[in-house]
Amino acid sequence: MSLEEYKGVAIFAQQVDNKLSSIAFELIGKAHELAADLGTDVTAVVLGKDIAGLADKLGEYGADKVVLIDDPALETYRTEPYAQALTAYINEYKPEIMLVGATAIGRDLGPTVSARVKTGLTADCTSLEIGDFPLVAKEGQEQKHNQLLMTRPAFGGNTIATIACPDNRPQMATVRPGVMQKLPKEAGRKAEVINFKPELKENNRFVEILNIVKNVTNTVDIMDAKILVSGGRGVGSPENFKLLEDLAEVLGGTVSCSRAVVDSGWKPKDLQVGQTGKTVRPNVYFAIGISGAIQHTAGMEESDIIIAINKDETAPIFDVADYGIVGDLNKIVPALTEALKAELAAQN
Amino acid sequence: MDFTLDKKHEMARQLFREFAQNEVKPMAQEIDETEQFPRENVEKMMKYGFMGIPIPKEYGGQGCDVLTYVMCVEELSKVCGTTGVIVSAHTSLCCDPILTYGTEEQKQKYLVPLASGKKLGAFALTEPGAGTDAQGAQCRADEDGDSWVLNGSKCFITNGKEADVYIVFAVTDIVEDAKGRKSKKFSAFIVEKDTPGFTFGTKEKKMGIRASSTYELIFQDCRIPKENLLGARGKGFGIAMHTLDGGRIGIAAQALGIGEGSIDATIEFVKERKQFGRPIAAFQNTAFQLADMKARMDAAKYLVYNAACTKDVYTQDHKTSYSIEAAEAKLFAAEAAMAVTTKAVQLHGGYGYTREYDVERMMRDAKITEIYEGTSEVQRLVISGAMLK
Amino acid sequence: MNIVVCIKQVPDTKGGVKFNPDGTLDRASMLAIMNPDDKAGLEAALRIKDETGAKVTVLTMGLPKADDMLREALAMGADEAVLVTDRRLGGADTWATSSTVAAAVKKLDYDLIITGRQAIDGDTAQVGPQIAEHLALPVISYAEDIKVEGNSVIVKRQYEDRYHEVKAQMPCLITALSELNEPRYMTPGGIFDAYDKEVTVWGRDDLTDLDDANIGLAGSPTKIAKASDKVRKGAGEKVALDPKESVEYIMNKLKEKHVI
Repeated sequence: MSLEEYKGVAIFAQQVDNKLSSIAFELIGKAHELAADLGTDVTAVVLGKDIAGLADKLGEYGADKVVLIDDPALETYRTEPYAQALTAYINEYKPEIMLVGATAIGRDLGPTVSARVKTGLTADCTSLEIGDFPLVAKEGQEQKHNQLLMTRPAFGGNTIATIACPDNRPQMATVRPGVMQKLPKEAGRKAEVINFKPELKENNRFVEILNIVKNVTNTVDIMDAKILVSGGRGVGSPENFKLLEDLAEVLGGTVSCSRAVVDSGWKPKDLQVGQTGKTVRPNVYFAIGISGAIQHTAGMEESDIIIAINKDETAPIFDVADYGIVGDLNKIVPALTEALKAELAAQN
Repeated sequence: MDFTLDKKHEMARQLFREFAQNEVKPMAQEIDETEQFPRENVEKMMKYGFMGIPIPKEYGGQGCDVLTYVMCVEELSKVCGTTGVIVSAHTSLCCDPILTYGTEEQKQKYLVPLASGKKLGAFALTEPGAGTDAQGAQCRADEDGDSWVLNGSKCFITNGKEADVYIVFAVTDIVEDAKGRKSKKFSAFIVEKDTPGFTFGTKEKKMGIRASSTYELIFQDCRIPKENLLGARGKGFGIAMHTLDGGRIGIAAQALGIGEGSIDATIEFVKERKQFGRPIAAFQNTAFQLADMKARMDAAKYLVYNAACTKDVYTQDHKTSYSIEAAEAKLFAAEAAMAVTTKAVQLHGGYGYTREYDVERMMRDAKITEIYEGTSEVQRLVISGAMLK
Repeated sequence: MNIVVCIKQVPDTKGGVKFNPDGTLDRASMLAIMNPDDKAGLEAALRIKDETGAKVTVLTMGLPKADDMLREALAMGADEAVLVTDRRLGGADTWATSSTVAAAVKKLDYDLIITGRQAIDGDTAQVGPQIAEHLALPVISYAEDIKVEGNSVIVKRQYEDRYHEVKAQMPCLITALSELNEPRYMTPGGIFDAYDKEVTVWGRDDLTDLDDANIGLAGSPTKIAKASDKVRKGAGEKVALDPKESVEYIMNKLKEKHVI
């Protein structure tokens, strides 16, 4: 493999039902930065059937080139035809970097394609940058420049590793949705559109889709929630959880609770955070009227931002909170909900 | 002497612990409150082979040893004393005498379904007028053609009404010695639930192990087939005593578990509970009390495991006896559990006296271990009797 | 029917990870467990066994101590266990791991291979699909239900907002989600039997269909440039304000952190 043959940053622009997923735009945003550092351009690769209409939007959000692989076999995601198509793209266009969203599709397609083209793949990256490998020059080892340095959490978020793929191309990563920023839309910006038609060969590895069932439920698993408004025994009564539900609603969040609340029968077990409940890692965790026993904090201390409201200033929850407010939740929470309503109304 | 457990016993303990934590612990407080027999969990234990651990595979059991069985009762009792005694009464008091004294037909008919978890067992010796003094027994069985006819009642029967198979002791003969003193001779019988003439009386309302189903059994002209006589006619007392030797190991394991469970709960509590600005675990009194509690339960553990291993030797070679080991284990473990749970409540302060906290239940549960299957006083008789003979 | 279930022994990160005083992860204190997704995969295989009498073989690559986990699988009901262990295989990334595991699977009879979706230590979800790639098998990832019908499997394949009911011809590979089922407990007798059984142990040299260029640290295309344990954050700010000021304080923090 001649590594120098590989040029450009490519992203897999995921579409479902012929609608581009937001990860596609997030990847373009990050790819732009990387391409700028490398002095190259960004290609968005779209696989599907009747997808020509998707190219414009990818251009407006920053793709320099859009490669369309339009084939009836690609109408609905299946591993094998998608892997054949993306592998054909890589072999033909030789990108030095290939980014894929860490979605339920990307985490299947990525590993399959990387194994097929025999390169490395780093999963679920939360940060990507161009740099040297090894980071610091070492005697007896060539330090390579302009490498993709891929950073990802592991061990349930308890360790962080930065990974490079110095000897194989493309350098592949799946990227966690919601982490990278998309670029502002630039109306009328055009990408160069390329229709690529690789031959997709049906083989024993094609599976048959018998049925597609879309979820109708809108209950959010607290493990997937971005914002959790969590209540403890201090909330006082099941009725009083209304205060928390109102706050969660304004923020687009979900209500969760401590073990004491479940034990009292105020809330069902599947909303319980903690050692005997679920481990959560939302962007914002409100701990309201929760004392913060170890068994609770073990399940939430990895949250990005923890805001605790408790009237007991010695409550252990304050030891893990980023922002602790000693006060009466019955006064603070409704007022906060109102303030947020006003603020969000003003922003729109 | 090697006190370390081998890998399979360690893994078995891990299994029992996981089951206890996931399935039993979440229910413990509720069933204590409602006095509701934990049928669902018993069925799970039946499915996973917990109801026939020391019984050979050929009779539907798991083919493990007494030590494994003891660890099962111990781990269950750490979180729920009720669940521990359900397994203990079924295994030690119902399966074990059928295994030891049953005919091949009786083993196939009764032991196989009991040990493989299709049926639940119980043991009925105690009567209103006969606890420690067996001679006070009134329940009798008379021969009549192809049947035995049972009349009388039994009380404080663990797993009563819930069990399908009962080992029942009844007077079958009265003999007179050379000096003209009369004594009652007992025989053991296997009695199925739903046998006509066999009904249940009052359910006991107990201080502890409240979800264990404790019933009075009533026999009125209850006819049971002749082949359900367990062991030889007139040998019932020996069967009962030998069975209780094994049962005491189970109850000792229950006591061990309750005591250990109260230490676990107390450690969790003292690390969280703050007084004078620091966790009470930081006070030397707390730490020293905990140390005493742990040392005491560990001592109990060695006695209990020793009794289990001695019974395992007996299983291989019927020449040995485990009566003294079992009595010592039960005596010490029961009294240790009572003392340790009392200390656990004390370390919890006011909270320990409320039903919010598990130690309150554990202290109530511990008490029964000093009473049933031979009171502590009976254990002292057994031990000293062997010393002074 | 022969089912091979690939399982991994991982440190238990659920229910609280322990830290050393310097803020690094205390790996030694963590219990080694069977990876939860893999355990669901094993349970799925055992259910197929219960129905059809299939033979279930568990396979792992890891340290010799993974023997414990294999015994657990046997005690749950697996028929045979294989441990692939060799210093030369250490430090493998997903490419090298999947190459090695695939080479081991090739030595076994299989109609169906089940792996967990991902392991809780690495969270990559890559090894399953990559094993399928090395063996040129159809792959169905993210299975939340598995049914066997004749020579095919019918799987509920989970996506973010839907599932596909997918049919594949065996032999094929499925990656299982822990939501798939509630794994059974071991039985006490199963544990005793498990320790009487032989676990097959294979080293590097037993895997003939495997190129040295594809194994271990050297055979891994991805290289770790830097790794660090995330240092646990301590207490933040604590304020005692009147309700109105409290609300302002929270609003400011939410704005500062771009939550609103």
